[in-house]
Amino acid sequence: MSAEQYRFVSADRRVREDRRFVVGKGRFVADIDLPNTKHVALVTCPYAAARIISIDKRAALAMPGVHYVLDGCELAAATLPLMTGLDTPNVPRRPLAVDAARYSGEWVAAVVADTRALAEDAIEKIDIRYEPLPFVLDAEQAIKPGAVLVHAAHGSNVLLDRTFVWGQVENDFAASPRHLSLQVKWARSSTVPIETFGVLASWDPWRDMLDVYASIQMPKYPDQIAMALRLPASAVRVHYDVDVGGSYGVKRGIKHSVLVAYLARRLGFPVRLVEDRLENMRGGDAHGPERLFDIDVAFDDSGLIRSMKMRALENIGAYAGRSPFQLGKPIGAIVGPYKIKSVQYRAIATVTNKTPQDAVRGFGQAPTNLAIERMMDDVANALGLDPLEVRRRNMIQHEEFPYTIPSGTTYDSGDYHRVVDKVVAPTVYNEMKAERDRLRAEGQLAGIGIAACLEPSGGNASFEPLLNSKNATTTWMDSCRIDVDLTAAITATMHTSSAGQGHETLVATVIAEVIGRDPDGIRVVRANSLNSLPSNSPVGSRMAIMLGGAAFHAARKLKAKLTAIGAHDLGIPPERAIYEQGKVYDRAAPDRRRTWEELVAIAHRNFHRLPEGFEPGLAVAHVYQVPTGGTLPTADGRVQMYPCFSFEFHLLLLSIDPDLGTPRILRYRLGHDCGTVINPKIVRGMTMGGIAHGIGAALYEEFAYNEDGQLITQTFMDYLLPSSLEVPAVEIIHHETPSPHTVLGQKGSGESGYLGAPAAIANAVNDAIRPLGISINTLPLNVAKLGDLIAETHARMGN
Amino acid sequence: MRINLIVNGTESTLEVEPRTTLLDCLREYLGLKGAHAGCEHGVCGACTVLFDGVAVRSCLMFAPQAEGTPITTIEGITPGPGELSPLQDAFCEAHGLQCGYCTPAMILVAHALLAGNPDPTRDDIVDAISGNLCRCTGYAQIVEAIALAADRIRGSNRPSELRS
Amino acid sequence: MKAAPFEYARVANVDEACAMLASDESARVIAGGQTLVPMMVMRLARPTRLIDINRIAELSYIRSDGDAISIGATTRQCRVERDALIAAKLPLLARAISFVGHAATRARGTIGGSLANADPAAELPLIAVTLDAILAYRAGGRTEKIAARDFYIGPMTTNLPSDAVLTSVQFPKWLGKVGVSFCEVNARRSDFAFVAAAAQVELSADGRCNRIVIGIGAATDFPIRLTSAEEQLKDSTLDAVTVKGAVLEALADIAPLSDLHASAEYRRRVAVNLATRAVADARSHAIGKNRHAN
Repeated sequence: MSAEQYRFVSADRRVREDRRFVVGKGRFVADIDLPNTKHVALVTCPYAAARIISIDKRAALAMPGVHYVLDGCELAAATLPLMTGLDTPNVPRRPLAVDAARYSGEWVAAVVADTRALAEDAIEKIDIRYEPLPFVLDAEQAIKPGAVLVHAAHGSNVLLDRTFVWGQVENDFAASPRHLSLQVKWARSSTVPIETFGVLASWDPWRDMLDVYASIQMPKYPDQIAMALRLPASAVRVHYDVDVGGSYGVKRGIKHSVLVAYLARRLGFPVRLVEDRLENMRGGDAHGPERLFDIDVAFDDSGLIRSMKMRALENIGAYAGRSPFQLGKPIGAIVGPYKIKSVQYRAIATVTNKTPQDAVRGFGQAPTNLAIERMMDDVANALGLDPLEVRRRNMIQHEEFPYTIPSGTTYDSGDYHRVVDKVVAPTVYNEMKAERDRLRAEGQLAGIGIAACLEPSGGNASFEPLLNSKNATTTWMDSCRIDVDLTAAITATMHTSSAGQGHETLVATVIAEVIGRDPDGIRVVRANSLNSLPSNSPVGSRMAIMLGGAAFHAARKLKAKLTAIGAHDLGIPPERAIYEQGKVYDRAAPDRRRTWEELVAIAHRNFHRLPEGFEPGLAVAHVYQVPTGGTLPTADGRVQMYPCFSFEFHLLLLSIDPDLGTPRILRYRLGHDCGTVINPKIVRGMTMGGIAHGIGAALYEEFAYNEDGQLITQTFMDYLLPSSLEVPAVEIIHHETPSPHTVLGQKGSGESGYLGAPAAIANAVNDAIRPLGISINTLPLNVAKLGDLIAETHARMGN
Repeated sequence: MRINLIVNGTESTLEVEPRTTLLDCLREYLGLKGAHAGCEHGVCGACTVLFDGVAVRSCLMFAPQAEGTPITTIEGITPGPGELSPLQDAFCEAHGLQCGYCTPAMILVAHALLAGNPDPTRDDIVDAISGNLCRCTGYAQIVEAIALAADRIRGSNRPSELRS
Repeated sequence: MKAAPFEYARVANVDEACAMLASDESARVIAGGQTLVPMMVMRLARPTRLIDINRIAELSYIRSDGDAISIGATTRQCRVERDALIAAKLPLLARAISFVGHAATRARGTIGGSLANADPAAELPLIAVTLDAILAYRAGGRTEKIAARDFYIGPMTTNLPSDAVLTSVQFPKWLGKVGVSFCEVNARRSDFAFVAAAAQVELSADGRCNRIVIGIGAATDFPIRLTSAEEQLKDSTLDAVTVKGAVLEALADIAPLSDLHASAEYRRRVAVNLATRAVADARSHAIGKNRHAN
């Protein structure tokens, strides 16, 4: 099937979810009112590290409207520690600090009161005695022998130190005529949704059931709550029909949820925690990667990269859930879109006394792309070659797919050169270079930045068993159920929450395409976790592939069932039955047919007319395993990771005022290939959003700490999110190279734009300052830092 | 204390603590959930309402300060159950949203913009929404939605024989 | 983030507000609230009583007062932004006001509120200092005046007595061939500036500088005037070399702020750069205006 043949897939159709949001009728967690709900506020540790000596709750408990003060000891006695990804039993993680707090902002006690305001009043009356302890903030300091230990029982700060060697790295380095090294730093930022994390829980003692409503984007969320509370997951009902106000990875909220669930059970009324922005920024544990890359690369005189050594040092923060896996996911695209033959990769995760991280859009791919693309530009400049030409020479050719990279992942398909051509040709690249030169002649600093990056999609998270040999998970799935009811109306069910990705529209479109019925007539609802089929949540850019795949297969089952019912009722052999848009007719005698309504009636009412062995009704379901999934890593650490690889190519022109250091993006073109596009409005919107995130990470956003371990960017006054004035117009150039692995050829695009924009901007800035003989490899590239660097250089040059 | 608020044309008398912000008052006392808390310190704009037709941050006003001035929320510009205004419909047509959290605020800002400037340039629109943060869309389709709405609203006021 | 509890009072006149401030140490007035409310919800400010002065009609006005323009303290910033008299007679204020916050905060924020808040990076204090504005306040039944240059004494710190309410600000009108310039550097367009420069110049018939004022904001604890440069540049042709030299000298001894956003060196260097640009732009503006008289 190709785009021209589709009726609904790829058509420019509206996103049905939009309707409720434009009138303010979204159902966000803070909108849900349960009678008698009480509210939580958190007492946070003011020190980067401290022993908790005592907690005096008496004054707080005496205040009217205050119901409870929960401390870490009580919670730890009643619950199990939260799930971690690595095998690190001596680095436990709990919602409230127990004997010691390990970062400024860590939650130490929770107050429950009639209103949030009263809870905040009560917080101030809780008297906690601390003994401040030494602390460490810097990753390089933390891994040195003799460093202050964040978790004494673990014996060091290193949670992960694993080196992989794929291919003949040392031989390739020895055999290459040229080498260079560079260091790249990705500063701590995050996706910071406008809605903070919130959770509301209610315990029904008569049904032994916990109801949970949350702004959640997390695989295995009900299970993790259940395990912590020592309940079966059949006692935890998570409602997936809560609208999530943006997540982009970070809304994991497991500590919030266990805390609130415990309180709801303990206290007997519904309990709600909606983070305020201060709690969110400091103690929500939703920071993103903070990564230092050291790269050595071996290449030849034509710019062909033969081998690469990369050390990635990640500053995890004080505790770890899944976040260290953000060092593992990029292994599935460790060479980017290039034919690099051998790779050595050392991944180190260290704890420090900073706020913990959660999964951020791309799960480590965006920082890794920054490192690779800075490296490519440095290689080009070392040789005096055009950076675009060096990309072309190294990129995998269209006919070379499927292409297996040294770390064991096979890239499914791609036409990188074609996408690049579309973005730069015929005259665009030259025009931009001419404009750059004109600006330089006027005394401006100006540069062109390019980045060629992959978006691994499909969410086959085999980095889990790769980095934790005790974890043998190879199941990554999603599901769809379809019911056609007595009135012949179609209802499809999906089994996870969404944060604006248009999943309801996706499901309706795919089902409609398969069964040939109008998507607007297909209702899509969400299950709760007790009437759910397996789902792994919208992570890893997987839903177009996985939910789309599940919906497709379920629809196929429905179509097959209808066809069989029709054939049987018409008394014809199955091969003569033709299914068309809901009706079934005899190929040999087309006037003999059964309509959609007739088939439905037979299924529901006329058991005597059903084929042998058929179940009554028209209910079908499909649980879909990720394509190419199901294998464990080899002994030398090779494994297939994500199945599908989208491609993006960024080209931008940027100027910098040489006196002020202020950067301005003047022109931005992005080539984007995510295979078959199921809904163009959704894909374009997500790509533009990803670019904005990337601009933020490159130029504005940083979780900055002072030397006392205090987060100094705690509010939106200091943590700077791009507004409409900071995001330029972007021309998106589209291309489609279908994936052979997916039902419609679709690949993921949930991370598009974000994966390459920081790299492209960093390359443009470096191109702009290269005539001064300087480079800058640390994000964010902020105005004053750039200005100072340029001024220092001018001073040295005697200007 | 007792206060009187005029919201979406309806007057209500409420008993609130003075420290209750207008945002919290609208949401918790009047059940109008369309205004959202994003930062509660006046930067993100998700709490935007119209105060005598002018876009303001409802998280930066204590409820008693809002007495006597007509307040319009997203619920107040929705024509009726199941009906969308041309502006709301344009946001759907252009998919000028994803998660919907900043959306009521964006629409109210657009509504106020178009009331004073029926033919805004792209720069006018970008400027008008520059006080409202969105983390999903990168703003492009929001700007297109507002431009589309302006176009349609202008067109709908022309005599039918002049519409193209 | 919910404010600590407080009592709310609405007063009909300024003296009532002053009396409340005098009798209650932790009472504060609230006008636009765009700065006070965030501080209160973060519990950095905890007045036990909030005195709402928004409805005191006589505090909100824009009028011509002889050779000055008088603006009432609770006049909304958006009103100043739209006002024809301000555009015509106080072009520097008109230029700078659109940089203050966002449209939504200018809809509520007041001139007096921003002046009294004294944020080192705020635009209105810079304009007041640059133009030698006179602030008036009421306390204990008396009206007092103070020059803007004497008003600001530290970051977020003014000479306003604790029982006083700012009532108005007066900006002198300049006649003749006047040009203005305002520029600031920040990370995002609407953020508080790292450095801001304001300049106003009046040229003689032959294009020499009759009079010039130059102010720098956001670089130090409070806005400053480049007085030595102003004296040097009077009667000059405002050529680039002379201007740069005068500005460099005037800024040589400042102690710039250093923070997360910008180093002290950055602020010093960019202050020189912006002040130089501002003078050149003000001069061009004066020449251009005369040619296209409006």
